[in-house]
Amino acid sequence: MQVSMEINGKAVSIDVEPRMTLADCLRHHLGLTGTHVGCEHGVCGACTVMVDGAAMRSCLMLAVQADKAKVVTVEGLSCDEALSPLQAAFRKHHALQCGFCTPGMLTTAHALLSKEPQADETRVREVLSGNLCRCTGYTALVEAVLEARDAYQGGQEA
Amino acid sequence: MTPMHVLNSYVGSPVERIEDLRLLRGKGQFVDDLTREGLLHAAILRSNVAHGRILSIETRDALDLPGVHAVLTAPDFGPSVPVIPLRLMPMPSLEPFAQPVIASDKVRYVGEPVAVVLAESAAIAEDALELIYAEIEPLPAIVDGTKAGDGQVLLVESSGTNEAAQYSALLGDVERAFQEAEYVRREKFRVHRHTALPMEPRGILAEWDQESERLVVWGAAKVPFANRRILAQQMGLAEEDIDMIENDVGGGFGVRGEFYPEDFLVPFAARLTGRPVKWIEDRREHLIATNHAREVDCEVEIACRKDGTILGLRGSAFVDMGAYLRTNGVIGPRNVAQFLVGPYLIPNVAVTASLMMTNKTPVGTYRGPGRYEADFFRERLFDMVARDLGIDRVEFRRRNLVPEDMIPYALPTVTPVEGRTQFDSGDYQATLARCLEEIGWDEKAALQGRLIDGRYHGLGIGCFVEGGGTGPRETARLVVEADGTLSVFVGTSAVGQGLETACAQIAADALEVPMERVRIYHGSTTYVREGFGSFHSRAVVMGGSAIQLAAEALKEKVREAGARHLGCSPDEARIVDWTAVTAGGKSVELAELAAEDLTAEHTFANTKHTYSYGAHAAHVAVDPKTGAVEVLDYLAVEDVGRAINPLTLHGQTIGAIVQGLGGTLLEHLIYDENGQLLTGSLADYMMPTASDYPNIRVVTLQLRPSPVNPLGAKGAGEGGIIPVGGVIANAVAAALAPFDVQPRELPLSPPRVWAMLKTAREGAIV
Repeated sequence: MQVSMEINGKAVSIDVEPRMTLADCLRHHLGLTGTHVGCEHGVCGACTVMVDGAAMRSCLMLAVQADKAKVVTVEGLSCDEALSPLQAAFRKHHALQCGFCTPGMLTTAHALLSKEPQADETRVREVLSGNLCRCTGYTALVEAVLEARDAYQGGQEA
Repeated sequence: MTPMHVLNSYVGSPVERIEDLRLLRGKGQFVDDLTREGLLHAAILRSNVAHGRILSIETRDALDLPGVHAVLTAPDFGPSVPVIPLRLMPMPSLEPFAQPVIASDKVRYVGEPVAVVLAESAAIAEDALELIYAEIEPLPAIVDGTKAGDGQVLLVESSGTNEAAQYSALLGDVERAFQEAEYVRREKFRVHRHTALPMEPRGILAEWDQESERLVVWGAAKVPFANRRILAQQMGLAEEDIDMIENDVGGGFGVRGEFYPEDFLVPFAARLTGRPVKWIEDRREHLIATNHAREVDCEVEIACRKDGTILGLRGSAFVDMGAYLRTNGVIGPRNVAQFLVGPYLIPNVAVTASLMMTNKTPVGTYRGPGRYEADFFRERLFDMVARDLGIDRVEFRRRNLVPEDMIPYALPTVTPVEGRTQFDSGDYQATLARCLEEIGWDEKAALQGRLIDGRYHGLGIGCFVEGGGTGPRETARLVVEADGTLSVFVGTSAVGQGLETACAQIAADALEVPMERVRIYHGSTTYVREGFGSFHSRAVVMGGSAIQLAAEALKEKVREAGARHLGCSPDEARIVDWTAVTAGGKSVELAELAAEDLTAEHTFANTKHTYSYGAHAAHVAVDPKTGAVEVLDYLAVEDVGRAINPLTLHGQTIGAIVQGLGGTLLEHLIYDENGQLLTGSLADYMMPTASDYPNIRVVTLQLRPSPVNPLGAKGAGEGGIIPVGGVIANAVAAALAPFDVQPRELPLSPPRVWAMLKTAREGAIV
């Protein structure tokens, strides 16, 4: 089936099997391997991407369901020149160790702060609790997301 | 203005990690991010029977599926199926229990490989699995390690037993100690089966080059050189004909990077087909195929004087090994035996650990192997003993910690593969005192056993040691590149712990250069002649020490080369900012000297271990209506000798504590009586999330550097997990003291705590 999406600001049209997940499509057909697949049953959140502004599990979504959608992956939140404020806060607080869950954490946090730049610690923990991390114990992740809030005030997309 | 580099400023500073720059941008390269031209995808049919005899495997329908390239079963792997040898502490008597890379006559656990499909896509390969018909005659399954010894059902008939081995840890004269003791107490404890669960599943990509007859394997981790040795032997190749390439690794914690069946099956398939083959484990597979850990039943007895002085400790542990002895499977049991004493002066010890074979997934090491289990047994027992003797439980520990003037202090000797080790340095009283102070033990003591807003409050404490820095050696090679930058090649490997950053800090300080000019190359077999990898908290201790020593040698070489150019003696030559060598007003650029092959290599050999140590304390609240335990405060104090990077160490310790809390309160690999895993998804196996444990505090101390390596550093990062089970169980016992609830088994899940409380209350009524 032919699918047309806007991925990280670029129009993409691709022929996919109906059963292909959005995660596999991004990773293996579009070369966007920053999105990681940790469980393939929607629990771990490593594969989280933003679809039309909302954090979605790309392992639970078929590529065909993303037809005409705007998809943003971790690559779309990044530039070569400098880390984004959210990424810089992750680095400063040591909010990643092995880095496997990190893309899903970044997209989840970005989606949260874009909508709720005032989110408090309880809210941040509540939202991040949908993503598993085995390395950090979450303390540093929460600190990083709380610090990055400043960059999202006034609707600015970091 | 260029900021001046300050001498020796990286080691000990919270330096932000090099690795993060790629990982935060989604530019990490994990094994499933790689592909090759002409790639085939492998999927593995696994036994759905825990114990059975293979009668037939019908593969024709699978082969007929368009896109399927091959279906391999045991006979395709040659006249005899290769067996995976033990990497650590092998013994001939253990060989019958080693795992064949694919089942041929019998299956012994749910998850054991039975057939391999190679197809044009992963989806087709998985489709084909459903078209393979394996007829397996079920045999009775052994699922309880404590009952495996009766020998009624044998996993390996030729061995005549399900007890693969017994380790003993001995010190002094335990019989006499118990005869003469004023007080003895005997208890039974159990730690349940759980495991590491790194977020990246395992994966391998292998490519065979027919022309050069060489093999490249991507996805290597932890111990690439050891695995290369095993693979070379199994495939009839020279070690030099195999390159093991380490990529970004999504967490290790002991389970990843050991030699598993797939580590042979995938490279073998690549050579057989002449095409690159990739296999990526899915999560369901991971839960039945990757090493489990921790399942130990222990009966333990202690002898004391009435003043609380411990005279002796004896006991027997039964470790559920699962269906095969894997590469490092013996480490947990031998550690249970040796480290049951913990940081305490116990002069007479006799502890055995029996390795019991069962029809479950094989076990291996998981962060703090054997130590987590042993600490739960010991620290729980200590609280019971202190209460019996009417001694404050903190005071009981204080009286029995190994005093500093007895260090180096030898632990009980383990046999049959003899293991002797000794504590290297430490002030064990200091970390205990600091822990009590930081948690506010005295102020909070009044809360214990009290019902506050519907919940009972309690405090727990435990002391621990953490072994690290195992040998035998590690090599580093430093090269000055043509542009004057430095390349550092080291044989230890990264498993997501930030090795690049720590090594770059050490190299930059030793050479007095900015970190930006150092590049670290690690892990892959292409960089150094040999390497011993990352386990037992050794990567930085051993690799870092090698780097430090190689750096000294390199500086000498650079001075000599400069002296030759400048016509002076090496003693007069000075390296300036790692850009030039000067003497007597003249100078030569380092880039110019680099043409002279400025390389230094050094091997750091060491047979002694480092011992970080400390104490943890917790304050919990237990809801008697639900059995839920909330961790209100958790505090860890650890002396690591010298912290290379406090930022990453702090993070690893918190991470380890939360893993430990998960293992103590949530995580459980539950099997039914037929050997079927009931918690086979992340929806059933409960890992901690961001909302579970927000109150973790860590204090890292640098009181006593290690005398056994030039850095003074001690292996660290495992210390966070080791005492957690005992500390939390002691806190729950303290909270429920009004009912005399004594946890003897983990996990302390809500149903178990609720049931213990119910039983205690009913007992009280009767």
